[in-house]
Amino acid sequence: MSAGLIILVVLLIACAGFFVGRSRAIATAGGDIRNLHSRPNYYGLTVALFSAAPALMIAVLWLLLQPLYIEGQVSEMIAPADIPEGGSLSLVMTDVRRIADGLDVAVDAGTLTEDRIEDMRADLSDLRTRLGEVGIAVASEVRQNVFMAAKTYRELAAKLRLAMAVIVIGASLAGAAFSLLRINPDYRARNVSEHAIKALLILSSSVAILTTVGIIFSLLFETLHFFRLYPAKDFFFSSIWNPQFQGGSDLGILPLLWGTLYVSFVALIFAVPIGLLAAVYLSEYASKHVRSFAKPAIEILAGIPTIVYGLFALITVGPLLRDYFAEPLGLGNSSSSVLTAGVVLGIMLIPFVSSLSDDVINAVPQAMRDGSYGLGATKSETIKQVILPAALPGIVGAVLLAASRAIGETMIVVMGAGAAAKLSLNPFEAMTTITVKIVSQLTGDTEFASPETLVAFALGLSLFVVTLGLNVLALYIVRKYREQYE
Amino acid sequence: MTDASMPETSPSSKHTSSLLQQDVRTKKRNASEARFKAYGAIAIGIAILALVALMTSILANGSSAFRQTFISLDVYLDPAKLDKDGTRDPEAIAKVSTFGYAPLIKAAFDKEFEKPEIGLEGMKSSEAAKMISKEGPAELRRYVLENPDMIGETVRFDFLAGGRIDGYFKGRVTMESAERDKNVSPEQLQLADQLKAAGLLKTKFNWGFLTRADASENRPEAAGLGVAILGSFYMMIVVLVLALPIGVAASIYLEEFAPKNWFTDIIEVNISNLAAVPSIVFGILGLAIFINFAHLPQSAPIVGGLVLTLMTLPTIIIATRASLKAVPPSIRDAALGIGASKMQSVFHHVLPLAAPGILTGTIIGLAQALGETAPLLLIGMVAFVRDFPSAPPEGFFDPAAALPVQVYNWTQRSDPAFVERASGAIIVLLVFLLIMNAIAIILRRRFERRW
Amino acid sequence: MYDTLIPENAVDQKEIKINAEDVQVYYGDTHAIKDVSVKIEDKTVTAFIGPSGCGKSTFLRCLNRMNDTIDICRVEGKILLDGEDIYDKKVDPVQLRAKVGMVFQKPNPFPKSIYDNIAYGPRIHGLAKNKADLDVIVEKSLRRGAIWDEVKDRLDQPGTGLSGGQQQRLCIARAVATEPEVLLMDEPCSALDPIATAQVEELIDELRQDYSVVIVTHSMQQAARVSQKTAFFHLGNLVEFGETSQIFTNPVDPRTESYITGRIG
Repeated sequence: MSAGLIILVVLLIACAGFFVGRSRAIATAGGDIRNLHSRPNYYGLTVALFSAAPALMIAVLWLLLQPLYIEGQVSEMIAPADIPEGGSLSLVMTDVRRIADGLDVAVDAGTLTEDRIEDMRADLSDLRTRLGEVGIAVASEVRQNVFMAAKTYRELAAKLRLAMAVIVIGASLAGAAFSLLRINPDYRARNVSEHAIKALLILSSSVAILTTVGIIFSLLFETLHFFRLYPAKDFFFSSIWNPQFQGGSDLGILPLLWGTLYVSFVALIFAVPIGLLAAVYLSEYASKHVRSFAKPAIEILAGIPTIVYGLFALITVGPLLRDYFAEPLGLGNSSSSVLTAGVVLGIMLIPFVSSLSDDVINAVPQAMRDGSYGLGATKSETIKQVILPAALPGIVGAVLLAASRAIGETMIVVMGAGAAAKLSLNPFEAMTTITVKIVSQLTGDTEFASPETLVAFALGLSLFVVTLGLNVLALYIVRKYREQYE
Repeated sequence: MTDASMPETSPSSKHTSSLLQQDVRTKKRNASEARFKAYGAIAIGIAILALVALMTSILANGSSAFRQTFISLDVYLDPAKLDKDGTRDPEAIAKVSTFGYAPLIKAAFDKEFEKPEIGLEGMKSSEAAKMISKEGPAELRRYVLENPDMIGETVRFDFLAGGRIDGYFKGRVTMESAERDKNVSPEQLQLADQLKAAGLLKTKFNWGFLTRADASENRPEAAGLGVAILGSFYMMIVVLVLALPIGVAASIYLEEFAPKNWFTDIIEVNISNLAAVPSIVFGILGLAIFINFAHLPQSAPIVGGLVLTLMTLPTIIIATRASLKAVPPSIRDAALGIGASKMQSVFHHVLPLAAPGILTGTIIGLAQALGETAPLLLIGMVAFVRDFPSAPPEGFFDPAAALPVQVYNWTQRSDPAFVERASGAIIVLLVFLLIMNAIAIILRRRFERRW
Repeated sequence: MYDTLIPENAVDQKEIKINAEDVQVYYGDTHAIKDVSVKIEDKTVTAFIGPSGCGKSTFLRCLNRMNDTIDICRVEGKILLDGEDIYDKKVDPVQLRAKVGMVFQKPNPFPKSIYDNIAYGPRIHGLAKNKADLDVIVEKSLRRGAIWDEVKDRLDQPGTGLSGGQQQRLCIARAVATEPEVLLMDEPCSALDPIATAQVEELIDELRQDYSVVIVTHSMQQAARVSQKTAFFHLGNLVEFGETSQIFTNPVDPRTESYITGRIG
């Protein structure tokens, strides 16, 4: 019984429970619903909730824990000799899962029967070609222990699936029976179901916490794993980035950090003055007519996905900067460069900076403006000497948020900045960033346990910490600023 | 600027002067004012120029992806080659591989060359047959397998022209570049001109771009967005089904029920931080939790959908809370006042009134998710997927592509024809986003209520 | 003691500082000020009174063209300052506002130091030759604002840290620092407590030595205490204008009488 089917059965039980509970409530009230504490639907709802919620929760937990349990049981069967040179247990376990899946597919396709699998031995029947026929590729020659592990894996999985079906559906039926028996006219069905619904609401809210916890755990866990294979000191302080897939890589974050900061700096140099001036112009100078098309135009800029900016960098801005600036000036001949990525990233940030600054500028009370105009100041004097200084904390917050965006942006730098890890000052040279390397280390078929792959998690954690720090700082500054004028 | 410097004009001159004449200092100040205003206008100009340049670049490069060059040939579906036994048994026909179909196309070509108006001018006819896309035989085979009755007939068939021939008619390939190109020769291009004159070569709207699957590196002409559009669509379904109920439930709790305590504070802080976490970090989360821990399949829309759900949740929660907040307390009071429970007042009165705002926020969140690329790269959506995912629910677990990732994929290929494809895909993506945003705006206009 | 301070009736005819003739103000389609003509004298405190929404603040803001900052506002008619039409195309409102200063309802010190608050006007108008000169202007203005003794030791601290009454006197000092000829005050005491109000009223009376002061007020007692001339506005019309003592003791128009006796307002 597949997990989907089990869940469907539970939902059906809940549905049926609703109607049974409803009619039972009416029956206990002698057909007159005025005798009931709550409206009949609430009685039905309690039955539905009691039959679905606990059962589904058990199902979800089961699905999460089952692989852990099976893995634990099965990996004991793998002897150290089964692990090939340079490989790891997790790699062998991947093979085990693959073979187990392959056997399932083969059985479904009818090329194998359960009995035959029972008799089969890895070295006798050519398992690899057999699985290849049904479209499952197994990397190396299958060893006996691995094959036995795969068999056990299948058997355990099948048993546990069955156990899950029994327990989950049993829990559902038990919940339904329990709540049905409680129905009587004085039963406060509305209050009970409202409490249950409120619990569901709280559960939904905690998804945000779970996500954060998930992010932190997945980053932290694999990063620690990485630091066991590669010294943390070298990661943080080495200025060479040179991953080798045969091992012996240099994985220093410094060149990546330099590229990230350089690109972000160029982007901010471009975006902050333009965004800020645009916001000032739109809120203080622009006529209705200008505003009516300039504002939506800038908002459109904000709604464009970053992949579009990436393509723009790749096919237009990059070649343009190369042909008209870098090559005539003798500064390089690469179309992907810090400047390419920086300028396009800057364009992406313009609407971000401008809408944040707009909020901040509008938060400055009109009384400030009046005070300045009343003294005979011109608009620009008022803006430069009263409004902007008054809005400064808010603007600093906006710039920090923009910086955090720039540092975390991926597609534009992947397509615009290049892939060479370098510590150079020339903005026309290709450099690379943390996000680019996360992508390149985690895409493609890579062995998951090698430091070359795991380094991506360490990079991710560094990125997460930096952007989180910037965000928290920015939000703190902006909040303080807003309180000042509230 | 002038304001910082201490001026020399004596203070007394100011008050004696008439208001009708601007003194020197006022003139200077007004000039500075005009300058500042010009800076602002220039900033707006740069922003709009950037938008125009971006759109022009994408449209100029991508609009040609929607036109495609086809070569029409009369193909004789030779029974001797396709169905030697003459049984019309589908299994027997299926045994003929794609290679078996190539001679049929060559034969069809040869027949055209017998006509006087087309001159090969010394080119070998096998060379000429290369003008047809390598996808041609495969298409022909697919057609025969679907219509086995047509074997033995002569069928008029529109073949995709090869990428370079297509590029020639779109201005990407010229006679000069063909000299240096080993994939195409100037003679082929001349022949293409002749075919065009003879009406055998046509440029038509390229439906295949929207319906075909991706194609390999050396067949840009056959590459389409079908799988990517379907994959993105599946992911949007997953996001909608998960993010909308969870987001609304979380917002209702936070806005209507949450007491002021540390737990609520933690949730609030988490939501505002998640909204600013770089998207690639969500990709790492998806890789670590959904693929490595939960063993969900790579490249599957379900994983992409889950990751995008987590990314979209903050957007939906923020929009939903704003529209719940916009419902005036008097509505809640009225419901409570006639004896409804808090839960009833929320679900019967507040939620329906906030629905348009919630819907608008959800659509905008979906639009954001549709354009998101980076996290999908990490969960394997970059893989080359040729087969369409099956219908839901199994389809959610099949490998698929996604629109923005397909764009990225194509930009990583060397053939310049893929630049056109990538830009065309961007146009498709932008059209989808435009439609979604337009729906959101219409909804807002129609149902917006001001209290 | 202040409520007994009924000003002596103007003995001699003073010079006319501002002469408004047939002024009309429109906010979009609303006709906010209708046919107002008034002559404001130099070295006199003129009070504008009337129920809220009667247009007295709007009219006041016309006198230094503060209404220019509102897009939908349109002013017709003539307002002459020393015989020059301030709505003439050639007039730069910036120059005008240096001559006609303004103090607002709510104290609005800039988020800068006390010194910089005062120095702001002189700096933008270029009234000081050097730092020492500026120091002199700041001290003089703060003394005129009757706040020097309270702030002289903390000139570098933010102006927003002062109490409400101190802030308002700081704002008056700030307006005085640009050496205006006319001071417009839009309900300057409405956000202040009675003690601070008394201090500001005393200050206004002193300022009359050097400036023509126009004050909009909600409180008739205040108008009676500080002004020599009073204008009563009602629904955008100037109903009555004359000596303060005459308006309060012997109003001509029945509407004025109803207002000052509390029947409308």
